[in-house]
Amino acid sequence: MTAALVPLPVVVPLLGAALTLILANRPRLQRSVSVVGLATTLAVAVTLLVEAYRHGPVVVQVGGWPAPVGIVLVADQLAALMLVVSSAVTLCVLLYSIGQGRGETSESAPVSIYHPTYLVLTAGVTNAFLAGDLFNLFVGFEILLAASFVLITLGGTETRIRTGSTYVVVSVLSSMIFLAAVGLVYAATGTVNMAQLAGRLDGLPDGVRLALQLMLLLAFGIKAAVFPVSAWLPDSYPTAPAPVTAVFAGLLTKVGVYAIIRTETLLFPGGHADRLLMVVAGLTMVVGILGAVAQSDMKRLFSFTLVSHIGYMIFGVALSSVAGLSGAIFYVVHHITIQTTLFLVAGLVEERAGSTDLRRLGGLARVAPLLAVLFFVPAMNLAGIPPFSGFLGKLGLLQAGVAARGVLPGVLVGAGTVTSLLTLYAASRVWNIAFWRSPRLATADPTVPLPALMVGATAALVVLGVGLTLAAGPLFEVTADAATDLRARTPYVRAVFPAGVP
Amino acid sequence: MTADGAGPTLVLVIAVGVLVATGVTLLLERSLSRILLGVILLGNGVNLLILLGGRSGVAPVVGTAPTGEMSDALPQAMVLTAVVITFGLTAFLLAVAYRSWYLSGDDEVQDDLEDRQVVRLAERNEVSTADLGGEGPDNDPEQVDPGPALRRLRRRGDQR
Repeated sequence: MTAALVPLPVVVPLLGAALTLILANRPRLQRSVSVVGLATTLAVAVTLLVEAYRHGPVVVQVGGWPAPVGIVLVADQLAALMLVVSSAVTLCVLLYSIGQGRGETSESAPVSIYHPTYLVLTAGVTNAFLAGDLFNLFVGFEILLAASFVLITLGGTETRIRTGSTYVVVSVLSSMIFLAAVGLVYAATGTVNMAQLAGRLDGLPDGVRLALQLMLLLAFGIKAAVFPVSAWLPDSYPTAPAPVTAVFAGLLTKVGVYAIIRTETLLFPGGHADRLLMVVAGLTMVVGILGAVAQSDMKRLFSFTLVSHIGYMIFGVALSSVAGLSGAIFYVVHHITIQTTLFLVAGLVEERAGSTDLRRLGGLARVAPLLAVLFFVPAMNLAGIPPFSGFLGKLGLLQAGVAARGVLPGVLVGAGTVTSLLTLYAASRVWNIAFWRSPRLATADPTVPLPALMVGATAALVVLGVGLTLAAGPLFEVTADAATDLRARTPYVRAVFPAGVP
Repeated sequence: MTADGAGPTLVLVIAVGVLVATGVTLLLERSLSRILLGVILLGNGVNLLILLGGRSGVAPVVGTAPTGEMSDALPQAMVLTAVVITFGLTAFLLAVAYRSWYLSGDDEVQDDLEDRQVVRLAERNEVSTADLGGEGPDNDPEQVDPGPALRRLRRRGDQR
């Protein structure tokens, strides 16, 4: 019964996209179709998570074609958890953008293509999470990338085209590397089904195996914005409209991290690239946060913290222990929520004060107290101040790092702590300048009140972020369970091939 | 491909190498139309590479030949998908290049914001963003120190 639900997170947004495209001239109907579609996706995702947690991975063979030949969609605990978080976040951002659309009068033309593209993006993300097949994972990536190209150049202004072209070229390049890796994996093993690959890759010569692994890691590393290949992100994200930046920051890089987790656990266990990943993770954290410290624009600053905190997740994956993986998965969940919230708040600040440039902001805490609260909670959460989930996530990772015993994990634990402190510095700098000091020109003009829907959607995400703190115990149980399954590999493989791997 | 199923010929392998090499070289250019050509060449090279991954043979149509002599149909299916995707991305990149030319008169990819800012600051010999948070309460009219309560009371009494 529940197996029939697995394709829905992909199919519903795609059908919704078609419908909203047809309804381009009926904005009200278009909006309700998108909201209903994403709400359905969220409900299905929650059902799948419960099912995967209780009874193990849910598998569907698309079109009834049996597994190694046909395509499978697999919702194991990791995939289902990612689905739940991503659909909750996309729903909130959709509501936010609807709220913003009502406030704006000038951008009427792009709005009609906004909803279909947004739904296609969601379908791509869910498809990437559910894919049980390397080539289908590639297709999922392409769906979300194609949609993201349209969203990042929305309106076609000069700055968006300038930054969009960099983004497009970098994304296409990473896709080409991924595609070449898929081709080589097929040439080496004769299959692209991940459950079947798990067995066949183990039998390959070490050199071939490592080459394939590094190629996949490079492709996913570019998508996840890991340090040496992260420079595209802080330049391209901030120019897009606020909701677009928010959903990109929350989801697109995390899809890359998800793919890295899959690569490192299901396809290439044994940790041959662990030392490399750890070095890269440390550099990502430190270089990213130093970039954030130097920024004077809120959106750019948050783009750099986004890059920096990807390092934590890669660190958890590189530890290749259950504790490390569990911490990394928890951190992904936390970071999707928090980073999206912060970009939405930056959008609210832009709406309220006309700019996100720190040199032109000031005194927002006095002018807009609610906005200040909405910023303060996720900012402190990101920095890892004790009661919040950011603290719990970092603590889990650092504990796993200490438990791993060794020089490199030790250095990484130090780098993680420094990064956390510097994040606190960067966040409190924004707080001091934009919210705490005396009002500046940009904020003094009387403005229209912020649309209630935008504030409401942001508040919902802030509450979700705080909720993660309250639900951290059960959530850590789920992530630890997911991590154990990932390390064992057998639950996944057995779910896809109940009668044994052919 | 060779008909005897002994794997790809050297010619095809070299073709993949040449396509990818020229593609990468063109990707390093500044102008978007050259990058576009690079993407096309690189994409074709990678697609050809996938095709080489499968067994070669006669057309994989059931009933036309013994199963052992057929080529592997799966890479062909994958290449079809990949070709369509590459085509779509190329079309989009073309649109971006056209829009860029329409807006700015050329289709060159400019330096990013950070680079230009650094260059500008270096020309004027300035430091980058100073920390703007440190200003005392005196600058804020609403945060003037009200003084001890007693004195205020007395002063108020004096005025009466």
